[in-house]
Amino acid sequence: MTSLLPDERQADDLPDDANSPLLPAPAGQLTRRAFLAESGTTGIAGILASAPMAASVASAAQANADAAPPSSSMALALRVNGKPHAQQVDPRTTLLDLLREQMALPGTKKGCDHGQCGACTVLANGRRINSCLALALSHDGAEITTIEGLARGSELHPMQAAFIKHDGFQCGYCTSGQICSAVGMLREAEQGAPSHVTADVRRTGPMAPLSDAEIRERMSGNICRCGAYPGIVAAVREVSLAMPRAASSRRSRA
Amino acid sequence: MKPFAFTRATDADTAVQAATQPGARFLAGGTNIVDLMKEGVEAPDRLVDINRLPLAAIEAQPGGGLRLGALARNSDTANHPVLRTRYPLVAQAILAGASGQLRNAATNGGNLRQRTRCPYFYDVTQPCNKRAPGTGCSALQGFNRNHAVLGTSAKCIASYPGDMAQALHALDAVVQLQGPSGRRTIPIAQFHRLPGETPELDANLAPGELITAIDLPAESARFAQRSHYLKVRDRASYAFALVSVAAALDMEGSRIRQARICLGGVAHMPWRAREAEALLQGAEPGLPLFRQAADAALAGATGFEHNRFKIELAKRSIVRALETTTRSTA
Ligand SMILES: Cc1cc2nc3c(=O)[nH]c(=O)nc-3n(C[C@H](O)[C@H](O)[C@H](O)COP(=O)(O)OP(=O)(O)OC[C@H]3O[C@@H](n4cnc5c(N)ncnc54)[C@H](O)[C@@H]3O)c2cc1C
Ligand code: SF4
Ligand code: FES
Ligand code: FES
Repeated sequence: MTSLLPDERQADDLPDDANSPLLPAPAGQLTRRAFLAESGTTGIAGILASAPMAASVASAAQANADAAPPSSSMALALRVNGKPHAQQVDPRTTLLDLLREQMALPGTKKGCDHGQCGACTVLANGRRINSCLALALSHDGAEITTIEGLARGSELHPMQAAFIKHDGFQCGYCTSGQICSAVGMLREAEQGAPSHVTADVRRTGPMAPLSDAEIRERMSGNICRCGAYPGIVAAVREVSLAMPRAASSRRSRA
Repeated sequence: MKPFAFTRATDADTAVQAATQPGARFLAGGTNIVDLMKEGVEAPDRLVDINRLPLAAIEAQPGGGLRLGALARNSDTANHPVLRTRYPLVAQAILAGASGQLRNAATNGGNLRQRTRCPYFYDVTQPCNKRAPGTGCSALQGFNRNHAVLGTSAKCIASYPGDMAQALHALDAVVQLQGPSGRRTIPIAQFHRLPGETPELDANLAPGELITAIDLPAESARFAQRSHYLKVRDRASYAFALVSVAAALDMEGSRIRQARICLGGVAHMPWRAREAEALLQGAEPGLPLFRQAADAALAGATGFEHNRFKIELAKRSIVRALETTTRSTA
């Protein structure tokens, strides 16, 4: 893709960490090389597309670098994509940073780091949440599913396949969050959950297939700066129509 | 983020005890406090994680009311069949707020305690009486588009950003609290507060006081046939309200037996428009009456440089919400 070239050149032209306007003064182990390698999975274009984005990635690294003395760390055990994981974590660690920085699962993206974009969406016990506002310790014992855990071996999750089929992305930065969100959202719909655009929340019976308006509203917690929304809606619609419809709204297990 | 100690509480007594220490805060869903800690607006010495407390149930009460556990998630609350059929206004208000992901994490207790979205409150380099008492209010002369027009003080003109609370105020919910000196129950009208001289306080809570539940009274189910939550914002979804209206009517024949109106986005707390409610009571619904009620609701409003539009917007929103309410029947 030729359109990536300018961005790649930009990346190569980045000054060394010591005098980079985008990165904090060298602190800890994070090198420019590590930063770029780390961001490589989505393509450098996604990360470097804007200074704020780069800045938020950089500040996360900073937070990591001045981690509290190990004495304050606490034991955490959870399952991520089916595998048990146990370690000591600083209480400040968000689930997002745990996944990306400590478990080498960079598929989950950091966009805003403030719950405003949905790029960091993962499933916690099957429910979609923003991992950037979730402290890892408060999810002790949880079953976390990230974008890396959706495929069955080499077989893509139907939502992943639908995003590819319908061009549900351009740069791809929001995509893992969109897909995890869509998977969680369809489960909510299957359980009969209403939305802001549902005509009458009092009607708790079987749900009609999701209209495009319903899909848009339910997916509104995921922002796509590339505006790939038509493809995203088409992908979600296709998967939702292929799903067995809920016979009746199942009760929430509050 | 400043380092802090992390305590996992398993029962309410120890949670309250731990949170009574200076510098301690409860952690529920974390969607507000973690955000504020990242910005340095909140810098607790200790977080008391209350997610393990047995307060997540939503239970029908013997007298016909409904108890919403403080730790029930906003999404589970909005999807609860009894809430949906008997108190649809609450479900609508919750669903108008935040996003699917956030509502899955956000708890009912945390939602009531969410802090203002005043940009100066969030910016630790700016004076702000709410964040740093005595430093002044940057919004008074600054950018005040999302600020309050009712009940402001010279110390603070912040608006309450939440949605669910407007419905809870309209339906006379009751808040169950547990604190260092025991349990108490307060009407939600006494929970949130106006800024006055002490804008650093959002609610009338003692240090370490824990919300354990929110009760919806049986009588408020009378509004189930005619209620509507209208939220007006800059984009269609996933944005805070400029103005919102929780409106509910209880009809007796062609007359209004009782009306409830609570406004969001216009004051430091959910704003019950009691004068408007009094005008509507006993009258036959109609556009002139709704306009009169809307005027009454905003009679005491004062706008600031960028938010004067909210006064007219709130009036029109009240009229629109009431019209929708009179159309909606089971
Ligand atoms: C991008 C974004 C958009 C949003 N949009 C909206 C919106 O449109 N409408 C809306 O209403 N909200 C909105 N929110 C706010 C969201 O609803 C709140 O953050 C959430 O409800 C807070 O609940 P929580 O459980 O996560 O609270 P936490 O963040 O865990 O806690 C918030 C505060 O409440 C205290 N607390 C928590 N539980 C208790 C308790 N049981 N007793 C006493 N104190 C307690 C905590 O100590 C803390 O001070 C938005 C948030 C974000 C990030
Ligand atoms: S309006 Fe209130 S919260 Fe905003 S700057 Fe003034 S004092 Fe602070
Ligand atoms: S990174 Fe979590 S919502 Fe943007
Ligand atoms: S595909 Fe680029 S942000 Fe969505």
